[in-house]
Amino acid sequence: MTGKSEPVQSGLASAHPRAKRIRIAIIMVSLAGLLLAPHLFYPIFLMKLLCFALFASAFNLLLGYTGLLSFGHACFFGGAAYFTAHAVKIWGWSPEAGILLGVAGAALLGLIMGAIAIRRQGIYFAMITLALAQLFYFFCLQASFTHGEDGIQSVPRGKLFGLINLHDASNMYYFVLAVFVIGLLIIWRFVNSPFGMILKSIRENEQRAISLGYSVNRYKLGAFVMSAALAGLAGGMKALVFQFATLTDVTWQMSGEVILMTLLGGIGTLAGPIIGAGMVVTLQNYLATSEFPVTIVTGLVFMACVLLFRRGLIGEFFASKLGRSLGFRPDS
Amino acid sequence: MIDAAVEQKESRVVLSARGLVKEFAGFTAVNDVNLDIHHGRIHALIGPNGAGKTTVFNLLTKFLQPTRGRIELLGSDITRTPPAKVARMGLVRSFQISAVFPNLTVRENVKIALQRPSGLARQFWLPLSSLDRLDARADALIDELGLAGWRDHRAADLSYGRKRVLEIATTLALEPKVLLLDEPMAGMGQEDVAMVADIIRNVATERAVLMVEHNLSVVANICHQVTVLQRGEILAEGDYATVSADPRVRTAYMGNDA
Ligand SMILES: Nc1ncnc2c1ncn2[C@@H]1O[C@H](COP(=O)(O)OP(=O)(O)O)[C@@H](O)[C@H]1O
Ligand SMILES: [Mg+2]
Repeated sequence: MTGKSEPVQSGLASAHPRAKRIRIAIIMVSLAGLLLAPHLFYPIFLMKLLCFALFASAFNLLLGYTGLLSFGHACFFGGAAYFTAHAVKIWGWSPEAGILLGVAGAALLGLIMGAIAIRRQGIYFAMITLALAQLFYFFCLQASFTHGEDGIQSVPRGKLFGLINLHDASNMYYFVLAVFVIGLLIIWRFVNSPFGMILKSIRENEQRAISLGYSVNRYKLGAFVMSAALAGLAGGMKALVFQFATLTDVTWQMSGEVILMTLLGGIGTLAGPIIGAGMVVTLQNYLATSEFPVTIVTGLVFMACVLLFRRGLIGEFFASKLGRSLGFRPDS
Repeated sequence: MIDAAVEQKESRVVLSARGLVKEFAGFTAVNDVNLDIHHGRIHALIGPNGAGKTTVFNLLTKFLQPTRGRIELLGSDITRTPPAKVARMGLVRSFQISAVFPNLTVRENVKIALQRPSGLARQFWLPLSSLDRLDARADALIDELGLAGWRDHRAADLSYGRKRVLEIATTLALEPKVLLLDEPMAGMGQEDVAMVADIIRNVATERAVLMVEHNLSVVANICHQVTVLQRGEILAEGDYATVSADPRVRTAYMGNDA
């Protein structure tokens, strides 16, 4: 069995000598770009982009790192937007407390939905999440605190920690950016943790994980709740950015949109959903002022991308020679 | 062939099945099977393809729920226990088709198993480096099973034989009390078969082993007890000499398979 001597690290033999430094440089440049961005683009557009990028990243935690396709994530995103908006506007809570309530509410919704859906596999899982999210949509349509078709309007952004006035566009932008970065760091840690290793093993071979004594449904449920909570973080922020919470954010179309963003960018990578969200939001922004029907064009772009880049844009880059030599690892 | 000492050692039943039945939509795959698996012994389950050996494994490990019957592990009734719980109680299986985590390295594969008993599985807030303290134990197992040269290779890149050895290493990491091996040597070369046979003989001194095996010389060499299954029913039972002399076994099994 032993005997022959093979190079132990053969898989990494072609790595670029400065791969790690280049990867860090890419992250630094992106961060610097985000810090400088409000001088070049409309802050409100950038903040929308960051909210959706975080939403898609939260969704990818489930699809890419757990292997579960949820068709009900709008429920957490839009639900948290309502909770945050209500807490801030009606109860007069501070923005940070309002967002935390949104996160907690989304996590609770996630726990309920996850507990019901997690035992089902594949398409049945997707259908149950869709059905429960629709149930929540009708609840939002009927409930009085959501104000039906009108939504919760003119939500005050308030003062962060009682000090920083978030009605200032630049303050608000850096607050959103900070939350976005924190959200990504949480995802990063979650994926690269002892828990994340078990999730990975479940994705690789669920039967084997069970036979090693892991109650896989509990791990999946944990990931589901975390994904819901982070989607709620994104939703709560969006309510503050746009200063309203609407039915649009709890529709099944919103659940579909986040799937589209994630697949476009590439699942199972940290950067993929961010790029995907950026593409979709930018496209929607351009199309909003043009004659083209938004849904048809995004649908066509999606089809083209899926046909051309099966792993999504970032997924294809990571799998390419250049990506590999820089040490990016596409997941399976 | 078999140590007289082992033979004489007082034997304790650690896993037992009574009246085990499994029906699939009217078809009875396992019919009234009784088994007693003893600590410190290797028990072979043999029989032609489709006899129901894998199904028996699935029933014992609770990957399938028996239609009827009762299973007891270390004195507790596990007939209605979920599979992960059964594994935590000390009954760990391997699969007929090699079960590794293909995109993890050999060391990572073993560490997945080590994580649970060491209580390092649910911490989503700790860095990966918190798992470093499992390295020593993982490497010791990897060395012991002759995989040292492949420690940092992806499991998917291993030869078939080494994948099976890795699977055994991962299983042993849990220090199971009862080990169920489904055709651990299928598809292996002569050299590997001998090595794996040695490993199994070694590990069986401190635990019970139930294995499905087609290689009859291995069964003759290392197994203390043999159960022959045919069309879901037990055809014969006893030590290898007794079973292989049974005319019914000769026609049913040896006739076409050996
Ligand atoms: N999940 C299942 N559904 C229906 N039939 C099955 C299932 N699993 C096994 N069987 C049938 O049960 C019989 C025994 O199969 P198996 O236990 O795999 O045999 P062995 O491992 O001895 O070759 C076969 O006829 C097989 O087709
Ligand atoms: Mg079989």
